Amino acid sequence: MDISQLVVTGIANGCVYGLVALGFVLIYKATEMVNFAQGDIMMLGAFIAFTLSSQLEMPYYIVVPGTILIMAVFGMALERGVLRPMIGEPPFAVLMLTIGLGFVLRAIAGTIWGHQPNQLITPYSGGVIDIAGIRLDYEKLVIMGGTGVLCALMFLFFKFTRIGVAMQAASQNQLAAYYVGIPVNRVVSITWGISAAVAAAAALMVAPLWWIEPGLGLVGIKAFVAAIVGGFGSLPGALIGGIAIGLVEQLVGYTIPGFGETGAYVFLLLMLFIRPEGILATMQRKKV
Amino acid sequence: MLFVFKTAYEQDFGLFKHAIQRNCYLVLLVLLVVAPFVLERFYIGELSELFIWCIAGTGLMLLVGYTGLVSLGHAAFMALGAYTNVILNKYGVPFPISIILAAFFSGACGLVIGVAALRMTGIYLAVATLAFAYIVEKFIGQGGSFTGGHRGFRVENFEYFGVYLNDPVVFYIICLITLLVTLWLLGNLLRSPTGRAFVAIRDSEISAQAMGIDLVRYKTLSFALSAGITGMAGALYAYKIGYLYPETFTIFTSIKLLMLVVVGGLGSMHGIVFGAMFISLLPQIIALVRDLLPIWISQRRGLEPFVFGSILIAFLIFEPKGIYGRWVKIRLFFSQFPMYRKSTFKRQKSFLRTERVH
Repeated sequence: MDISQLVVTGIANGCVYGLVALGFVLIYKATEMVNFAQGDIMMLGAFIAFTLSSQLEMPYYIVVPGTILIMAVFGMALERGVLRPMIGEPPFAVLMLTIGLGFVLRAIAGTIWGHQPNQLITPYSGGVIDIAGIRLDYEKLVIMGGTGVLCALMFLFFKFTRIGVAMQAASQNQLAAYYVGIPVNRVVSITWGISAAVAAAAALMVAPLWWIEPGLGLVGIKAFVAAIVGGFGSLPGALIGGIAIGLVEQLVGYTIPGFGETGAYVFLLLMLFIRPEGILATMQRKKV
Repeated sequence: MLFVFKTAYEQDFGLFKHAIQRNCYLVLLVLLVVAPFVLERFYIGELSELFIWCIAGTGLMLLVGYTGLVSLGHAAFMALGAYTNVILNKYGVPFPISIILAAFFSGACGLVIGVAALRMTGIYLAVATLAFAYIVEKFIGQGGSFTGGHRGFRVENFEYFGVYLNDPVVFYIICLITLLVTLWLLGNLLRSPTGRAFVAIRDSEISAQAMGIDLVRYKTLSFALSAGITGMAGALYAYKIGYLYPETFTIFTSIKLLMLVVVGGLGSMHGIVFGAMFISLLPQIIALVRDLLPIWISQRRGLEPFVFGSILIAFLIFEPKGIYGRWVKIRLFFSQFPMYRKSTFKRQKSFLRTERVH
C-alpha cells in the first residue's frame, strides 16, 4: 500500500475521532461534565440512520435530518433523565456515571439491533475520485469536508451566537450565569442536544465506511485520546489531535502490523510526558 | 443512642471510635480465623476470592474514594502484579518476596503513568490508564514464551515446609493476613498528614493547594500506592485462578472494580468490604434472575454489562454514598427512632466554577 493512501485513510479516520471529540468538548466547555458515552451516542446515531434508510427505506435526504433530529431529542432526554440529578456532584461521579451509561447504551443497541455488523448505503457510496494519483473514496471526501464544515460552524457558534456565549458563561460560573439571567438548566439541556446532533452527524458520515455494530462506540476512547493530544477543551485542538491519532495509528499499523491501536495509545503516553497540555493548550491552572 | 465520652486526645485519632466498635471487630476477626476449619472447601475458596477483591478494592478506594481520581485501567495493575509474581516464581524467587516485588513493580508502573498524567486534571488520568490497560494487554498477548502469549500459562504450585500454597485453608489464611495488613495500613495512612492531604485534594483542589499541598506530588503518590496494592491483589489472584492468560484482566474487570468502590460506598473503608461482597454475589444473582426472564432477554449477550451499568448509574444518582451510606442511614433511623429526620443526610449541591482560565 502506498504511503499517500495511508495518510488519506489516517486523516479520514482522524476526522471521525475529531468529530466525536468535538461532541464531548462541547459538553465539557459548557458544563464541565466529561461525557464518556459520546462514542456510544454516535453508535446509536449510526443504528438509527441504518433503521431509517435500510429498514424503513426512507430517501437519504430525509434520513440525514431525521437522524440528527432524533439524536438531538435523545441527547436532551438523556440530560433531563440521567444527568440533571448530577448537577453539583463532584466531576468524577459524573465521569463514572457516563461510563455506566456507555455500557447500558451498548447493551440496549445489542438487544435491539443484534451484534452482526450492518452497513449504511448512501447515494454517494462506492464513488472514487483520483486526485494527483491518490485514490480517494467519496466517503472519505465527505468525512473530511463535513468535519471541516462542522468545526467552522461550532467555532462561529461559540464566538457569535447568544446561546454560545451563554454556554461559555454557564461553564465558567453557574451561579453568576444564573444571576445575570441565563437559564442554566436550559442551556445545559441544549448543549447535550447539540452534542448528540454532532455525534449523529459523525455517525452519518462514518456509517458508510465502517461497520455498524454495538462495538462502534469504542471509537469514543480514541476520541478521548485525540482530545487530550490536541489540548482538552479546545475545539480546533480536538480536530488536530484526532488527525494526529489517525495518522499515527495508520503509520504504526503499517510498520508493525497489528500494533496500530497500541501505537496510538503509546503516542498518548509520550505526549503526556512531553507536552501534557496538548498541541493547542487551553487548560491552565487557576492561580490561587 | 450511644454517646462517646472522650477522656484523652488519643481517642480522636485512634483506629476505632470506641471500645464497643473495637470489640465487634475482634469478634469478627475471631470468626474469620475459625471459619476455614468449620466451613466447606467451596466456601473457603469463595471467601479467599472475596478477600482478594477486597484488597484490590482497597487500592482503588484509596484513589477514587479518598483522592477523587478515576482510573479506568486498574485491571492492568492486577495483570502486572499477577504476571510479575508468576514470572518471578518461575525464576526461583520464593513466594512472599515475589508478591512484595510484584506490588513494587506495579506501583512503579503506576508512578510512571501518574507522573505523566497527573500534571493536568483528573480526566487525563482516566484516559491515560485506559490507554495503559490496552498497551499492557497487547504486550502480554505478544510476549511470547516470557508471558505465555495469548495461550497463557499455568501458575505453579508451591510447597514450603510440607504445606502446599494451593491448599484452601493455607491460601485463605494468606489472603486474610494480606487483607488485614492492607486495611490496617490504609487506616493508618488516612489518619496521617498524607492521608489528610489526599482527602483535601478530593474535596477541593484549590483549597488544598492554598493550604500548601503539592497537588501533583500527592496525586502521584496516591496513584502509585493504589497501583501497588492492586498489583498485590493481582499476585494473589494468580494463585487463586491457577491459570493466567491476557483476557483474565480486561476493561470489564476495571469497571467491576470501579463498581466495587461506588456501590460499596465512596470514601469509606467499610464500603470496600460491602462492595467486594456485592460484586462477588452479583454474577450469582444475575444467573438466578436470568432464569426468571423471558427467553428473548435472558439469552442476550448484553445482559451482564447492562445490569452492571444500570446499577452503577442508579447508585451514583440515588445513593452516592453506596451501601455503606444506606447502612449509616438505617442505623441512625433506629438509634433516633422516632425522631429520625430525612434532611439529616440532605446532599449539599455546589455550583460549578471552572478551574480553567478562558
